[in-house]
Amino acid sequence: MTAPGRGGAGLTPPTARPHRPGRAVPPRRRRITGRAVALSLAAAVLAVLAVAAIAPGLLATHDPLLTDVRGALKPPSSAHWFGTDQSGRDVYSRVVHGAGRSIGIGLLATGLALVVGLIAGSASAVAPRPVDAAAMRVVDVLLAFPEFLVALLVVAVLGPGPANVAVAVTIAAVPVYIRLARAQTRALAAAEHVEAARIIGIPRPLVHLRHVLPGVLGAVSVLATIGIGTSILAAAGLSFLGLGPTEPTPEWGLMLSAGRNLLLQAPWVALFPGLAITATVVSVSVVGRVLRARAEERGA
Amino acid sequence: MPRPRGSARRLLARLGGIAASVVLVLCGAATLAFIAFRIIPGDPVEVMLGPQAQVSDAVKAGIRSDLGLDRPLLEQYGAFLGQLVRGDLGESYQLRLPVVEVIGRQLGSTLQLTGAALAVALVLALASVLLGRGRTARTVLAGIELVVLSSPVFWTGLVLLSVFSFQLGWFPVSGARDPAAIVLPAVTLALPVAALLAQVLRDGVEAAEREPFLTTVRARGATPLRESVHHTLRHASVGGLTLAAYLVGSLLGGAVLVETVFARPGIGRVTLAAISDRDLPVITGVILFSALVFVVVNTVVDLVVPVLDPRLRRAPSAIGRRAAVPA
Repeated sequence: MTAPGRGGAGLTPPTARPHRPGRAVPPRRRRITGRAVALSLAAAVLAVLAVAAIAPGLLATHDPLLTDVRGALKPPSSAHWFGTDQSGRDVYSRVVHGAGRSIGIGLLATGLALVVGLIAGSASAVAPRPVDAAAMRVVDVLLAFPEFLVALLVVAVLGPGPANVAVAVTIAAVPVYIRLARAQTRALAAAEHVEAARIIGIPRPLVHLRHVLPGVLGAVSVLATIGIGTSILAAAGLSFLGLGPTEPTPEWGLMLSAGRNLLLQAPWVALFPGLAITATVVSVSVVGRVLRARAEERGA
Repeated sequence: MPRPRGSARRLLARLGGIAASVVLVLCGAATLAFIAFRIIPGDPVEVMLGPQAQVSDAVKAGIRSDLGLDRPLLEQYGAFLGQLVRGDLGESYQLRLPVVEVIGRQLGSTLQLTGAALAVALVLALASVLLGRGRTARTVLAGIELVVLSSPVFWTGLVLLSVFSFQLGWFPVSGARDPAAIVLPAVTLALPVAALLAQVLRDGVEAAEREPFLTTVRARGATPLRESVHHTLRHASVGGLTLAAYLVGSLLGGAVLVETVFARPGIGRVTLAAISDRDLPVITGVILFSALVFVVVNTVVDLVVPVLDPRLRRAPSAIGRRAAVPA
């Protein structure tokens, strides 16, 4: 199912859910075993990444900041699993220590976007119609842009720096949550159990808090799982461009940017941080898609 | 062919509507940029001069009045919009050149790159959709698409550069002179766009295959080629087209990364330099340029979609056309 844009509206059946491009494809008919294998692999990768992010000391073999000029640009070996970089730092340990920052920014931006989107979306759903319509027009325009471009333009306005990168990635991620939260709020506000609660005399704000919001949160959280990957990619791209953290911070995008100039002598310096990003984003997407498929099966 | 008179008026109304939406979006983007730069902390003059500058306050005040920064906000906003109407985006703080010239000079290189990437992406996506028949092929392709979409474009670029330029020596490492130098950047930029487009097109083709009209088409004895080109793919391309602005946006955003990876000149370079120098007029120019691209792409899509999907053609025009045919 594709996103029915303005032109295509009305072509898709009304049950079609809004589909954000680049985030996921709807689940295809697939054998359970294949899905289970992919899911357990992804979960394993995420578990390792979680350990790396929370306690990098457990996995790292070297100090990520320790320089050793004589041991610079050594290829992968038993002493340095991913080789060493231009300052003789251990690339493997730097990848491990970079996990916290690189994944953290994706989690942080997604979490913030979720909260902001939930509030703005449900506010828009109950707001007067002109306000709602105007807000949705803005959201529509923002949704038509890829996250990376929006984030880049926001950083362009705010200026470089790790905090601004986080803000930019959050702003880029917000529109899709606003849209979904608004749709869910409207659907749930008309649901029978909500109406029943209202009829027996529970005050409206309480009904909203107890019966509408949890349902909206559930739907939005599933989307957020998939969104984490996109946010990680956008943040890594910005720091690759040199707009985020600065040397010697171990961060995957930044490490790739340093590896760019060493491609001939030491391709491993750029190879492994990139692999880490790809593995992370693939795993997050796989888990997110399975969660979404399950949520849909439950809803259907 | 004689045309009914009403159609000319409808066409004019349509063009007027398009012009109005173009102006509206550009005006909105300009206003947003204007407000954003007044909200963010930091004095534009300090930013312009840089942290190391040793400039007396009198000189700063002079610059401020030259730029009109000492006038009331509304007056500044009016002057800014007035300049825009005349096609004047101001002067770059760093390069001391008109912004239009700064962007215009680098535009060609970026257009070459994005144009080539778009062509590669279309070929890859169509090949993947047309050739990837059957369940196994589709599963494998879906897996490849997932990995491609999850890989950072700057990393795929570095891997391609490492393998094909440094190891195999098939393509030049960088530069824009050699025509072969565009191959790797274009492929790098095309890959994620191709993967996304292939996903959307395949979903559309699968949806079309479930439609009853396809049974009719098959019953009429259409060949598989005609079936896919004229019916299922055409059906799916409407979905792909509604994503056009998104895809072009991906190409633009990706171009910034790819130009950095391959050390190519272009808008990406201009943007990056402007961001690190806090060259606000150039940044405003880039924002307006993105908005312009967005409006143009969407307008073209709005005009093309009804050609592809007869159901979206307006009823009156169909009647008009029939009336024009001599009985």
